[in-house]
Formats: sequence, structure tokens, C-alpha cells
Amino acid sequence: MNATEFLETRITGAVRAVTGAGEPELVPQSRLSGPMPWVIAIMVAMTVIALAAGLALRNTVVSAQAGLEGGLTVQIVEPRPAQRRAQAEAALAKLRSLPGVVEARIVAQEELDRLIEPWLGSDEGANSASAVPVPAMIDVQLADRASEPRVAKIAAALASVAPASRVDAQSGWLEPVYDAIASLQWLAIALVVLLAMALAAAVLMAARSALGTNRDTIEIVHHLGGTDAQIARVFQRSIGVDAAGGGVVGFVLAAVVILFLGQRFALLGAGMVENGALGWMDWVLLALVPLAAVILAMFTARFTVMHALRKML
Amino acid sequence: MSPPTGEEIVQFDNVGLRYGTDREVLRNLSFTLYPGSFYFLTGASGAGKTSLLRLLYLAQRPSRGAIRMFGSDAITLPRERLPMLRRRIGVVFQDFRLVSHLSAFDNVALPLRIAGADDRDLRKPVSDMLEWVGLADRMDARPATLSGGEQQRVAIARAVIARPQMLVADEPTGNVDPEMAVKLLRLFEALNGLGTTVVVATHDVHLLQKVPESLIMRLTKGQLADPTGALKFPPRRTAAVPQSGGPPV
Repeated sequence: MNATEFLETRITGAVRAVTGAGEPELVPQSRLSGPMPWVIAIMVAMTVIALAAGLALRNTVVSAQAGLEGGLTVQIVEPRPAQRRAQAEAALAKLRSLPGVVEARIVAQEELDRLIEPWLGSDEGANSASAVPVPAMIDVQLADRASEPRVAKIAAALASVAPASRVDAQSGWLEPVYDAIASLQWLAIALVVLLAMALAAAVLMAARSALGTNRDTIEIVHHLGGTDAQIARVFQRSIGVDAAGGGVVGFVLAAVVILFLGQRFALLGAGMVENGALGWMDWVLLALVPLAAVILAMFTARFTVMHALRKML
Repeated sequence: MSPPTGEEIVQFDNVGLRYGTDREVLRNLSFTLYPGSFYFLTGASGAGKTSLLRLLYLAQRPSRGAIRMFGSDAITLPRERLPMLRRRIGVVFQDFRLVSHLSAFDNVALPLRIAGADDRDLRKPVSDMLEWVGLADRMDARPATLSGGEQQRVAIARAVIARPQMLVADEPTGNVDPEMAVKLLRLFEALNGLGTTVVVATHDVHLLQKVPESLIMRLTKGQLADPTGALKFPPRRTAAVPQSGGPPV
């Protein structure tokens, strides 16, 4: 036997051992299947959707964190417009002279008016946005993370030139949001684990039921010299076929739902939501779910059948 | 138990069998089966024939005593190694026990497939065997569509297709006409002539006369009688070469 033949034999043997290909049709496929493919399809669809939600949330957090990590907001809280403007100019000049500051700009008054317009309205008058003394704001981008000591150092540096200044790290404002999103991510992971357990339980029950239905055939096969592994492979193969069919259907269903929801969220035009869009690596990960379902189902079937057969002579 | 000589296929020593807490259905069985011998197991209904056969084809372990089969201790043998022993035994069940969703062909091919035979190597031996038992035209039929006699012939074909070292048959001619019964007996004899030890459980006393060289084991209320003493001192048999036109074994 040459190396190629040896390799071919080994590969064929391994495939046969896992899939049961080439084993006699000891158990009719229809008796084993029943509603199993549909149960698996639903499980896979729910798992893919839960995982996609988890990945989208992760993308949102990662992308937002990357944008805000080095972001600072300096407010000049001074009611007198002239003083406010002067302190803002001085603070800007100071900020630009500090090491590690990539960019610093005063947010234009029109931009501020637009931001507070939904609450104060746009009409001229005593309660209008322009009539209320709004702090001047400076948007600062640091080269690295705006850590607490760094923010304190910048605040100290500004105190001499702009005593009315307040310095806040932008990421600090969104920390509770990130925490909430992280909780949702854990929820998504927990859902995936629970669904995997539910799938294993469903396969376990189906395998037990199939064993009961086919007990006579299994006894005959034992009497004819069939091994537990041969019998288990037949069940493995049957469950594997069910899981593969169900997995594909479930994945397609989930993909349709995800694409539809993706389109709906894209229409919102909100930056944070757009940042949560799934990348091709995410889709590869999602496509692995049906494969994982097949492996899990086959492993569970094998474990269940081998365990039950050990009780027979 | 007398020390094994290496020639015996099966050796029972003081074997007893009980189901649950009931009384023993087999008691103090001690005997030896030799290669190439032909045994009839007789006894009234309820005498324990089927229980003894179950011990012989390793479907059951005894409650007590010792059993050696093919040189291995069948009592302490790990169950992972039982399939290799079972592949050396052909079994004809009283109720045929065909696999209902498989055709006659696939039922007969099952022992070969279990042993790992390639599909392309099955076609001829299985077809020949089915032809010999008169079922050449029923190869694709499912057991439910076969008559009792036809099912029995499929069961017998399945038991002998892999040329077992020992054939255990429980009332194998119970559902066939006398002509077919004789024909099946000739198949067993041919197999026996090739060195297979044959054990046939039967009620039919006429069958016993048709194999003059056979040894008789009589079970009475779970105990074995050896009316001819042949179990203790069996005549030597030599494997015969099958003649042309004989069964395809």
C-alpha cells in the first residue's frame, strides 16, 4: 500500500467512523426523524439570531469605544458671553500646546443651538436657545485613552487660563450604556448556551425514543455480531442527516431575519446602530452554528446510544 | 469442568439459569460440543430448549456455572469482545426475527455487512444463497410480504451466509413443507460437513432420523439427558468437501 492509498484508507475509515457511511441501514431513517429536523431548524434559527444580536452589540461597543476612548469635552461654564469666549480661546490655545492632544476645536454656537433646540425651541425670545447662556464647548481628541489621571492633569493645566472650565472624558458619559450593552451580550451568550442545551436534550429524547422503537432490530444486530459502535454510528448518521437538514433551514431563516432587521436599523441612520452592522467574519461565525449543531447532535446521539447499549448484553 | 483440550467449541460446566427470582429453568448442565458435530436438542415445550439456545448464542449469561466458547470464558468475557464471538455463530430464531424494513436480500446480507464486507462482494453469495432456498424471485420482498415458510428460509439463509463455526437453530423447519424441511436439513448437513457444529432444537422426531450421525441432547425440566452417551464420547468427524450441486456454503 503506497502513501496515497494509506491516507485514503485512513480518511475513509475516519469519515466512516464519524458519519456511519457504509454501515448497513439498520434503522429506517423515517422512524428516527419525525419532527427532529424541524426542532433542530428552530433551535439553529434562534441560536443564530441570538448570536447575531450578541455580535452586533459587541461591534457597537467596540466601534463606539474606539471613537470615544480618546475623546474629551471641555465646557466653559461662564454666564458672561465675552468672558466665556475669552476663556474658551485661552483654553483652546492651552490644549493645543499640551502633548498628546491630536485635535481640539471649539464647537460652533450654531451647532450648540441645534443640539439644545429640541428642548428650548428655535424662536427668538426669553426662553429660546440663544437667550439661555449655554456653556462653550471644546471637543478634544487625545492620541490615547482619556484615563482619569490624564483628565485630571488636563483640568489642572486649564485651571490657570480658564477657571470656569470643566473637563469630562466622553467615554465616561457612555459607561452605563456600555455596561447595559455588555449585560445584553452576556444574555445573548447565555441564550446560545441554553439553546445548545435544549438541542442536546431534544436529541437525547429522540435517540432514546428511537432506541425503544428499534429495540428488536438492535437485539438482532447484536446477535449477528454487531458492535455497539456500529449501532451508535447508524443513529449518529441518522441524527446527523436530520441536524444538517434542520441546520441549513434554520440558518437560512435566521439569515433572512437578520438581513431584514439590518435593513430596518440602517434606515434609522443613527451612527451607533450602523456601527453594529455584521462583518464577514461575523457571518462566518454564524455559518458555523449549523455545523456546531450537527456535531453536538451527533455527539449527543452517540453518547445516548452507547450509554443505553451498555445496559444490554 | 474437565480441562479444555482445545478441540471443543463449547463447554458447559454445572450451568444453571433462572430468570429473576423464579426457579431455575436450566439446572446443572454439563456438556461439551465438538467441531463438526451435529446435535439435535429435543424436549417437551417448556423444557428449556430456547433458554439453552440463548446461552449458546450468547444472548444470555447463566446464573451460575462456567461456559467456555471458542476457547474463551464466556462468563467473564468483556461485553466489547462478545461481537467477535457472536460472528462465529449463526442463529435461526424460532420467530425468524427478520429486520422488517429490509428486503430479503438485505436481511441475508446483514451478517456480511456487519462483518465489514464490501457491497460489491455481497451480490453473488447472497443471490446464490437465496436462490438455493428457493427465493431467487423474492429478493426484494420485505418480510411482511413473505409467507411464514419464506421468512423461515430467509432466516436460515441469513444464519448460514457467513459460514459460521457453529449454527444454532430453534425449530428451523417448523413452518416449511416436508420437502423444504429435508432440503434445509441437507443445507445444515452440508455446512456441518464443512466443519460447522450444528445444534438444532426440534420437536420433530422424524427429523432426527434423517441425520443418522447426529447426537441427541434431551432436555427434561431443565436438565440434560445424554441417552446415547454420545455427548460424553462423541464420534470423530472429519470435514467433508462439498459436492457440486450442493448448497452454496
